[in-house]
Amino acid sequence: MIRSLLLSTCLAAPAYAGEIWVTNEKDDTVSVISTETLEVIATYPTGERPRGITFSKDFSVVYICASDSDAVQVMDPNTGEILHDLPSGEDPEQFVLHPNDRHLYIANEDDAITTVVDTETRAVIAQIDVGVEPEGMAVSPDGKIAITTSETTNMAHWIDTETQELFANTLVDSRPRHAEFVKDGEQMWVSSEIGGSITVFNTADQTELGKIRFEVPGVHQDRVQPVGFEFTDGDTHAFVALGPSNHVAVVNADTLEVEDYILVGRRVWHMAFNADKTQLFTTNGVSGDVTVIDVASREPLQSINVGRFPWGAAFRP
Amino acid sequence: MTPYLTVLVAIITREALRFVHQRERFIAALVRPLVWLLVFAAGFRAALGLSIIAPYKTYITYETYIVPGLCGMIMLFNGMQSSLSLVYDREMGSMKLLLTSPLPRWWLLICKLLGATAISILQVYAFLIIAALFGIKMPVAGYVTVFPALIVAGVMLGALGLLLSSFIKQLENFAGVMNFVIFPMFFMSSALYPLWKMAESSELLYTICAINPFTHAIELIRFALYLEFNGMALVWTVLAGVVFTVAALWGYNPARSGIRRKG
Repeated sequence: MIRSLLLSTCLAAPAYAGEIWVTNEKDDTVSVISTETLEVIATYPTGERPRGITFSKDFSVVYICASDSDAVQVMDPNTGEILHDLPSGEDPEQFVLHPNDRHLYIANEDDAITTVVDTETRAVIAQIDVGVEPEGMAVSPDGKIAITTSETTNMAHWIDTETQELFANTLVDSRPRHAEFVKDGEQMWVSSEIGGSITVFNTADQTELGKIRFEVPGVHQDRVQPVGFEFTDGDTHAFVALGPSNHVAVVNADTLEVEDYILVGRRVWHMAFNADKTQLFTTNGVSGDVTVIDVASREPLQSINVGRFPWGAAFRP
Repeated sequence: MTPYLTVLVAIITREALRFVHQRERFIAALVRPLVWLLVFAAGFRAALGLSIIAPYKTYITYETYIVPGLCGMIMLFNGMQSSLSLVYDREMGSMKLLLTSPLPRWWLLICKLLGATAISILQVYAFLIIAALFGIKMPVAGYVTVFPALIVAGVMLGALGLLLSSFIKQLENFAGVMNFVIFPMFFMSSALYPLWKMAESSELLYTICAINPFTHAIELIRFALYLEFNGMALVWTVLAGVVFTVAALWGYNPARSGIRRKG
């Protein structure tokens, strides 16, 4: 009852204007959702199989991993025009923009390397050998460490961004797909899709602090596959996409305990918050839609149809 | 207080007292839908995947889907229970006492109908509160907006019970109502599964479900619970309610009523 009350209050409250950009893997497009009206307001064509998506710091350009086009595309978000491609290496799946707003760390799934591209000179400045099938990418808030997770080697590779060399490799559970720094960079979290867990590391010495496991009531354990995750304001809670279990888990980031499971669309991959982090938008690959979650009440509000197989998501004010 | 109002208050009070005194009936009325909600729905949760259909805006669990259907179930059973009590009254002779009232018979029957509806609504709200305690919640305002929908649905189903009771002369015959009215009405409706699922397996069944007034009563409740209005469902439910009421009044007409013949 209290949740529903909160829900109705939140619905009545004026939301900050903004857009959620979603890549559609099968349609080769991006869908733009208004966070005010919760409707798709634009759809722009991209290269083949777009997946990772992120904005520059000033939101003047959006970077899109067009995996099957072997390119990172740079798009003008105001017009949807592709401005140019960046040399990304083969099969770029995910990437992360360094806090310097210039260096893009790209996971090249087929080549087992991480490519570092300068977005201004459009030149490759480094290629770092990592494990087999790299995918998850993260960079620490101070910009000193970049992470690549390799799906087959089952490792998180720690890259020194000054030397562009690996300085540590840590084992995680099977098929790690997403990484994030949290709590001002003190911790680094990695989700393992097949292992069904998230491993939490202490950034300072790369030791394991704990592991989060998930059990969705009524769903077979094989279908509980954590992939993307995002943190609420103050990093108090993490929302974790659990793939084909069609649920998002809410994890207490201090106790590492799962507090809630929220029903969303089929095969949930990634997510993005709106401006004030009151709403979360999850990409549901198989059902081809985006579910909007009210963060305070942890209730799903609405699902919005986008293109086929939505995958990545990013916010723009 | 006018005599009409006095009769209305008296009959509703009698219905309420009878209901309150029969604690087992109250518990049974709640246990039935709760078993469906907490046991049946849990078992079928994985088997019956649901896509997004109006009035829902996102994915829902099966438990959430069947709540309006179970509200309808409560009202359907209560309508039948009320007609059963009429047959009982007739057998015991207390109906004769009631009918000695100087007020027209149609008014007495309408009062009886409204009394049964009031009891139904009480049961539905008790059920919705228990469902909410188990985490199956509707929007807060939905608990208010569903009220008029419950009145319309309750009157329609109560009128159906009244109609049936006018044709059933003995308590023993009532078991047939279970088989020939309650079960078909309940299963051939949108209570347990959305109608598009029915259409996938049989077009004929889908058509029967689509004209079943119980389906429209449930949809009226479902939409109202989510603060939406379903005009088609309202028209169908009101139409069925009027037809059942008129037929029931005709059935209780002294010119053809078994009561008079017996008396």
